Amino acid sequence: MTRRPVPDLAALPHIPCDAEGPVFREPWEAHAFALTVTLHEKGLFTWSEWAETLSAEIRAAQAAGDPDTGETYYSHWLRALERLVIARGVTSAPAIDDTTAAWHRAAEATPHGQPIVLPIRL
Amino acid sequence: MSDHDHHDHHHHDHHHDHDHDHDHSELSAMDARVRALETILVEKGYVDPAALDVLIETYETKVGPHNGARVVAKSWIDPAYRARLLADATAAVAELGYAGRQGEHLVAVENTADTHNMVVCTLCSCYPWPVLGLPPVWYKSAPYRAKAVRDPRGVLADFGVTLSAGKAIKVWDSTAEIRYLVVPERPAGTEGWDEARLADLVTRDSMIGTGLPRAPGAAA
Repeated sequence: MTRRPVPDLAALPHIPCDAEGPVFREPWEAHAFALTVTLHEKGLFTWSEWAETLSAEIRAAQAAGDPDTGETYYSHWLRALERLVIARGVTSAPAIDDTTAAWHRAAEATPHGQPIVLPIRL
Repeated sequence: MSDHDHHDHHHHDHHHDHDHDHDHSELSAMDARVRALETILVEKGYVDPAALDVLIETYETKVGPHNGARVVAKSWIDPAYRARLLADATAAVAELGYAGRQGEHLVAVENTADTHNMVVCTLCSCYPWPVLGLPPVWYKSAPYRAKAVRDPRGVLADFGVTLSAGKAIKVWDSTAEIRYLVVPERPAGTEGWDEARLADLVTRDSMIGTGLPRAPGAAA
């Protein structure tokens, strides 16, 4: 499958890459990356706004003693994405926390080995 | 994020050092947080889940150590390794330095002149992503899973794979406990190739049995 062109990765602080593009340690990291690319394509933010938000998040983490070994990169990435989405008024921090808790409850209610599905929410 | 539902693999350790119920699923903190944001963005119409799946699938080979191709290539040139792989795939994969939650309990099944193997997952989306990278989007679809069990030859034809009429097709159903790795047949015309060159021929689909390795002239 042809890889869709993504915005300028070089603008981002040391994103884990190989010769062809970004690499991910776990599937959730690829989801966080793809959400960001999708929202950028939707026009929710410019790529330079994204790069600035991510850089600020990483600087703050480093200042707080992040080991900066690459393993936490997408944690910072997701935090930055949440921050930007909240700043755009799309959602709120409590809504993200509540939905996260709902996913954990859904997992706990799901027998091991079956797909985890979030119940329809009102 | 209806795929990748098995960040919840349980380590059934023998110490029983915590006594909570191990029969349910778990999500890692980060996995749940991404799912939450994705849920909200889909609900609010910012993200089309199908389009997101398509984008994510383009990173098929970029998630996890993605070492299945190397495992298969090594099994083609090293008969002793092949024997170990078929006897205990979990250990043989770990031998190359790869281990991961989703890669555990791995069973390797070999394609031969008589038999083609194909893996489905009728219960869940258990999928050894550290070994294979991300699963294809269609892999978790109910119609695919149903048809693979009922008409495996038809499914292979859908993917452009025609096997000789005499070749048997075995369908393996992944479970929460066992994930399968298909060891495809080494393509003809690759005599003398080294492991790295051979690994380039091994596609993800060939390791779940819905495809064959690339032909030597068509390596990516």
